[in-house]
Amino acid sequence: MTNLAAAAQTPSDTASVNERTKIKVRDLDFYYNGFHALKGINMDIPEKKVTAIIGPSGCGKSTLLRIFNRIYAMYPKLEAQGEVVLDGENVLDKSYSMNRLRSKVGMVFQKPVPFPMTIFENVAYGIRHHEKLKRKAMEARVEEALRGAALWDEVKDKLGQSALGLSGGQQQRLCIARGIALKPEVLLLDEPTSALDPIATGRIEQLVEELKKEYTIVMVTHNMQQAARVSDYTAFMYLGELVEFGVTEKIFTKPDKKQTEDYITGRFG
Amino acid sequence: MQANRPETAARDIEHRSRKDARHDRIFRGILRFCALLVLAALLGAALSTLWGGREVLFKDGFHFLTSDAWNPVTDNYGALAPIYGTLVTSIIAIVLAVPVSFGIALFLTELAPGWLRGPVATAIELLAAIPSIIYGMWGLFIFVPFMADHVEPHLADTLGKIPFIGAVFDGPPLGLGILTAGIVLAVMILPFISSVMREVFQTVPSRLKESAYALGSTTWEVVWDIVLPYTRSAVIGGIFLGLGRALGETMAVTFVLGNSYNITASLLMPGTSISSSIANEFNEAVGLHRSALIALGFLLFVVTFIVLLIARLMLRQLAKREGK
Amino acid sequence: MSAIYTRRHIKNIAAKVLATAAIIIGLVFLVWILWITLVNGISAFNWRLFTKITAYGPDGGLSNAIVGSLIMDLIAIAICAPIGVLAGTYLAECASSSKFGATVRFLNDILLSAPSIVLGLFVYVIVVIPSTSLSGGAVSFSGFAGSVALALIGLPVIVRTTDEMMQLVPTTLREAALSLGIPQWKMTLQVLMRAAMSGIITGILLALARLAGETAPLLFTAFGNNYMSVHPLDKMASLPVAIYQYTNDPNPTLHAIAWAGALLITLFVLALSLLTRLLFSRKKVSYD
Repeated sequence: MTNLAAAAQTPSDTASVNERTKIKVRDLDFYYNGFHALKGINMDIPEKKVTAIIGPSGCGKSTLLRIFNRIYAMYPKLEAQGEVVLDGENVLDKSYSMNRLRSKVGMVFQKPVPFPMTIFENVAYGIRHHEKLKRKAMEARVEEALRGAALWDEVKDKLGQSALGLSGGQQQRLCIARGIALKPEVLLLDEPTSALDPIATGRIEQLVEELKKEYTIVMVTHNMQQAARVSDYTAFMYLGELVEFGVTEKIFTKPDKKQTEDYITGRFG
Repeated sequence: MQANRPETAARDIEHRSRKDARHDRIFRGILRFCALLVLAALLGAALSTLWGGREVLFKDGFHFLTSDAWNPVTDNYGALAPIYGTLVTSIIAIVLAVPVSFGIALFLTELAPGWLRGPVATAIELLAAIPSIIYGMWGLFIFVPFMADHVEPHLADTLGKIPFIGAVFDGPPLGLGILTAGIVLAVMILPFISSVMREVFQTVPSRLKESAYALGSTTWEVVWDIVLPYTRSAVIGGIFLGLGRALGETMAVTFVLGNSYNITASLLMPGTSISSSIANEFNEAVGLHRSALIALGFLLFVVTFIVLLIARLMLRQLAKREGK
Repeated sequence: MSAIYTRRHIKNIAAKVLATAAIIIGLVFLVWILWITLVNGISAFNWRLFTKITAYGPDGGLSNAIVGSLIMDLIAIAICAPIGVLAGTYLAECASSSKFGATVRFLNDILLSAPSIVLGLFVYVIVVIPSTSLSGGAVSFSGFAGSVALALIGLPVIVRTTDEMMQLVPTTLREAALSLGIPQWKMTLQVLMRAAMSGIITGILLALARLAGETAPLLFTAFGNNYMSVHPLDKMASLPVAIYQYTNDPNPTLHAIAWAGALLITLFVLALSLLTRLLFSRKKVSYD
């Protein structure tokens, strides 16, 4: 089993020996009302790097991401089999508690979804559930998170206003701030810029560059240029299978598999 | 100490997770309980009226259903007259309200210019917001005299003279009576039927209608040959919904029915209905009389339940088709 | 050929004329009823309505009925709003695709149009009779019983609107909250309900508009009272029941007072339903 895993999925060759694996995915299958949506996924996601997952729509890339923090469990009739090992523990295990998992793995979604609260509360809300902080400490944490998401300067004078009044790009950065406020170790980004204009997209990409110093980032994107720009590793998925996983540069310049090449050169999609 | 910290933190997090899961279970339990209360209300209404009417229903239920006697002095109760009144007034209401509602829906979906649709639809729906007691007052003080002076004499003179069906429109122009109650009910249920019709007409895919128009169909042909067949089950559902309302309505008919337990063929004569018998007599009734009235309530509940069940089932078919 | 065409054309014109006639019929009745209520109500309007109780008869007013109505309507809303909101939330959040949820939703729709007089009888049997026997006859008909009956009228309205409004809340909001580790109960109460607030309030106002005009369920629950009573365990007067009694009375002065009361109720109910329409249409826009 270890053999098989090592064969296919550690980001192949080159790069770093000193890299530590953060998430190990082993023989992961996923069923959707009986439909086999993910087939035997094995991959090792390295720590403090940006891993992009690309592939045509319906290939299962978002589904895979949603297994990492078990958010799929909120829907009935979905079933995951296999292992997703985070720091040595299988997060799919029922005994792995939600609070622990979700404070370690944050997620940002396609569309910015600020809560119907003030900007401050949006960030503080999640923290408050996990930690009891004094007011001063809370304010410091919120500021830290907003700075981390490169939003502080824009909103510091209107923390008490509704978050719904922010622009789309600002809202998305607020959602990132909300995620990193919990001090997670992994950040899952599900097509975080697909609803944004190019300028806002650029800022988010810049931010991702910054964030990887502290977080392990897994990002699903339908935009290949984006994957090429911001990720260190890229996984290509097709029809529920992981076709190829490796250093981004290699995937985009000389992929091993024909399918990957076809997709990247735009020959299908 | 230092080494200890992550462990306590981990314990703490597990502890909170268990607490959250427990609170979630309690929360869902409370929500579920509230949802069950909705079922309890319906079931309770059926069982409590069955229980309250047991002295009449279980003692001689057959007599109760088939007798037209209603005599508090001799404590002899038969439900035939109220049942007859309820059914006939509701049928009149449906016969009058369905074509008018259809016309309203047709007007609002196919004929009216865009700017007119919203305000007119709102106005028609306001008819549903007017409290039924207002319909009752208007019926008694305004519509009854209107019927007595302007409508019923003509009906008696024209339709009343025709042999055979003449009996239906024969009688003194009292104003009060089954026909008047039926008309008031018709006005009351107009908004319900027409809004269902309007909504389902709007669900007809415009490509269907457009292709028919492109073939040279007239508005009427599109509605009759395309829209109506497409929405048939929901339209019938809407009609049953209106029927359910008409059967159960109390205040609008109580004043104008005339409160008489005689069953006559003439629609111009006074009558009674289940709901108006209950409203008129309940507070003076004691003993078996009260039980008989509650038993009437049970009958009304069962009948409206069945009618509304059919209505909702018919309406659901369309919702299903739309969903898929 | 052209004969067929002419016949089709005539049929079409006839249909259009009849449809227009139908809408005119509907509007005529609306205007007729509202106009009559307005004219009769205004001509009978005076301040005695608000200062004198019904015990004075033709020289009295409706103050006790107005107060009684307000009290019972508020208690009714206080009963049915929390239950209805939670039940509607259950349908949207916990049972959106389960059989049990579908059954409750279906039966709730039936309760929505169930005859109100039967709901009155129901409350008579489960509240009035037991409270009479428990208190040895000291408490029988009561404002509280009336409120329970009215609550049953409002309940299905609130359940349905809450259900629909919660379903309109985007799923991503749920995912976002859960991905922060927020438990379901907190997410529902603090995030989703806040997002659906204006819709939920619309439902509650709609319920209020509906139950405020109800007469039948009050007749044998709250009964009525010619004196001012504010105690929920007393027989309690209400505007609809007072109107009912005055309309049944042969005295034309009482009819005038009844019209004034009718105008009050109608204005209240119509204002509420127009207000909810306004709230609701804004709601729709904000969700697009």
